Amino acid sequence: MNGTINALTRSMNVFHLAGSACNNCDIEILDALTPKYDLERFGMTLVGSIRHADVVLVSGIFNRKAAIRAQEVLAQTPKPYLVLGIGACPCTGLMFRDSYNWDRPPSDYMNIDAFVPGCPPKPEAIIAAVVKVIEGLRSGALVPRCLLEEPAPADTPVTEAADTV
Amino acid sequence: MKSNLVLLEFLFFPGLLFTAVAGLLTSWVDRKVTALVQMRVGPPLLQPFHDIRKLFIKETCVPEGGAIGLFLLAPLLGLAAVTLASMILWRTLLDVEATFVGDLIVLIYLLVMPALSVMLGSFASRNPLASLGGSREVKLMIAYELPLVLAILVPVIHANSIRLGDLVTANAPVFNLSGVLALLVCIACMQAKLTIVPFDMPEAETELSGGALIEYSGPPLAMFKLTRAMMLFTMPVLLVVLFFGGLVSGPGWLPAVIGFLLWFVLVALTIVLRNTTPRVRIDQAVRFFWGPVSLVALLAAVLAWLGW
Repeated sequence: MNGTINALTRSMNVFHLAGSACNNCDIEILDALTPKYDLERFGMTLVGSIRHADVVLVSGIFNRKAAIRAQEVLAQTPKPYLVLGIGACPCTGLMFRDSYNWDRPPSDYMNIDAFVPGCPPKPEAIIAAVVKVIEGLRSGALVPRCLLEEPAPADTPVTEAADTV
Repeated sequence: MKSNLVLLEFLFFPGLLFTAVAGLLTSWVDRKVTALVQMRVGPPLLQPFHDIRKLFIKETCVPEGGAIGLFLLAPLLGLAAVTLASMILWRTLLDVEATFVGDLIVLIYLLVMPALSVMLGSFASRNPLASLGGSREVKLMIAYELPLVLAILVPVIHANSIRLGDLVTANAPVFNLSGVLALLVCIACMQAKLTIVPFDMPEAETELSGGALIEYSGPPLAMFKLTRAMMLFTMPVLLVVLFFGGLVSGPGWLPAVIGFLLWFVLVALTIVLRNTTPRVRIDQAVRFFWGPVSLVALLAAVLAWLGW
C-alpha cells in the first residue's frame, strides 16, 4: 500500500453529484451522513465544492445535455478521486431507460469505480460499499480509474438504435 | 547566529510546527465536541492530520483565467502571518522580557492577514461564488475590527502599555467591570474572526458551497485549513493574555495550568456557540457589530479610562 492511497483512504471528502434521479438515492445518501451512521468516524465528510472532493457519489441518470455538464464537473475534480455509482440508475438507467431525453447509462462516459446496486440502496449498503472500496484500494486490487484512462466523451452519438417503445 | 535562531524559532518552536500541531489538535477538539453535542462518536484524534496529509497528495487545480500568482500566494500569506503572530505571542509568554514596544499593534495587524488572504484568494479565483464569499469576508472584517480594537484598548489602558510583556504581567483586567465587558465583546469578535457559525457567511456551505475557498484544492487548500486551525488556537491564547494577564504569568506550574484551563474554556465557549446558533445574514452581522457590540466596547473603553 503506497502513501498516496493510504492518505486518500483515511480522509475521504464526499461530493454528491445528483443527476436526474428520483431522489430516493439522494435521501439515502444523506441518511448515511446523518449522526446515526456517523461517517465522520472514518474521516468522511460532505463537501460543497467539487474541488474539495475525493469521492464523487453519482445518483440517477443524466439526460443528453446534463451528461456533458456532468463530465465537465468530473474533469474539474482534483486527482486522485473515486466515483461511486449509487443505485441502479448509473449502471443501467433502470426506469429512465426508455425516456426520450436519455442516451446511455452514466457508466458509459464516466469512470465509475464501484456501483452500489439497489433501488435505492440502504445507508448500510452504501457504507459497506465504501468499506469494500477502501479495502480494495489498500490491497491494490482497485486502482482509481481516473488515474488509468480517459472516459469516452459524453456527446458522442450512440451507435446502436435506441430501443424506444 | 541570532538570525538563524529566529528562523529555527519561526519554523519549529514556537512557530510553524508547534502552532500547526496545536491548531490541528484544537480543531480535533472542535470536531469531537461537535460530535458529542450531536450524540455521535466523532473523528479519531489524528483525523485533522490525515486531512492535511491527504490534501498534500491531491492535484492543485488552477482556475482558467484567474490571477494564478495571487491565487497560489494568498494561502502562503495567511499561513506566514498567523505563524508570526503565534510566535510573537508565545515568545512573550515563555519569556516576558522578549517583547518590544508596540508588539500588540503588530499582532493585531498580523491577525488581520488570514482574513485578507482568504479575500485575495477568493477574488483571484475568478469564481462568482468565491467573489461573493470574498465580499462577505470584507464586510465581516469591516464589521468586527472596530469593536475588537476598542475592546483591546481596555487592557492597554489598564496596563498603561502597548507591550505584550507588560500586559502579561499586569493585573488581570477581567476583575474590573470594563474588563468583563471588553472580554464579552472580544468573544463575539473572535467568533467572527474565525468565521465560524453564527458568522460563517464567507464560507456558507449551504448557499455558497464552500464560498471563498470553492476553487481551492490540494496543497493551497491545506494551507488555508491549517491557517484556520492555527487561528482557532491562537485567538483564545491572545484573549487569555490580554484579559487574564496577571493570572497566567509568574513562576511555577500553577499559572500555566490556569492559563490552559482559561484557554480551554474560551475554546469550548466558541464550540458551543457554533453548535447552538444558526448562521445570521451579513447585514445582521454588520448591524450587530456596529450597533450593540461597538457601543459596549466604547463603554468599556470609557470605563477603563475612568479607572473602573
